[in-house]
Amino acid sequence: MGQKEYAGKMVDLDDNGYFTNSSQWSKEIAMELAKENGDELTEKHFEVLEFIRNKVNEGASLTIRSIGKSGIIDIKGFYKLFPGAPLKKATKYAGVSKPSSCV
Amino acid sequence: MAEEVKHPLKKVLMICAKGSLEDVLATLVMANGAVMEGIETKVFFTFFGLDAITKKRMNKLHTATVGNPAMRMPGGLAFPTWLGSIPGVEAGVSAMMKKQIDDLDIPGVAEFLEMIDAGGGEIYACKLAMDMFKLERKDLADEVIDVLTIGEFYEKADGLQTQIIFT
Repeated sequence: MGQKEYAGKMVDLDDNGYFTNSSQWSKEIAMELAKENGDELTEKHFEVLEFIRNKVNEGASLTIRSIGKSGIIDIKGFYKLFPGAPLKKATKYAGVSKPSSCV
Repeated sequence: MAEEVKHPLKKVLMICAKGSLEDVLATLVMANGAVMEGIETKVFFTFFGLDAITKKRMNKLHTATVGNPAMRMPGGLAFPTWLGSIPGVEAGVSAMMKKQIDDLDIPGVAEFLEMIDAGGGEIYACKLAMDMFKLERKDLADEVIDVLTIGEFYEKADGLQTQIIFT
């Protein structure tokens, strides 16, 4: 666990780079975090990040399937938006903990 | 001491040769999980595993209630083999499994194939088993990319950090 500065604010991160305190998140921080990984966040990205934040804060388990059923984006689009490992990437940018789901 | 150099998995090939609900789901969970991690994923369905990609059968897979020593009653009591042989019991048990799986947000077989395909995972059917079961390309799910011989499937295992898993 450590701290890192994004957009002028100190953020607490775990060993894998996920937020340990989701309330420290802001859009500006997300943009910088994404930039560090070579991604540029658009409005669509933020819609997905919002959905993830709400879902996680409700205590619901987060799956790729639930994102595909969110009405915001289908699964194919989600993979396009966050290339590579989309669920890991999106949860990192959304400032929530690492997903624990297998689907 | 020199730091250990890690070589993360880049490509995974899976072979599914069984057609019971839990065997197929195990393959699909692992395949979809690999896709989710950004690992190049290819799945080969052969013998009874073909049921998982056969349109008519894919959503009607069952769990075996006979010859399945791990089978338990709800609550954990042993499940007698003779009970599993009564008509309708296997269908009931399979329906219950499906319900429990759905509660965990695990999709059914058809939806799982769609998810794997949407993430760029590749699905193949075995030529020999197709001939054996008298199946044609049109009987298979739309996500199936090609019908291959096992040799052709092995050819896809080129490159470093590649694993083949038989389920």
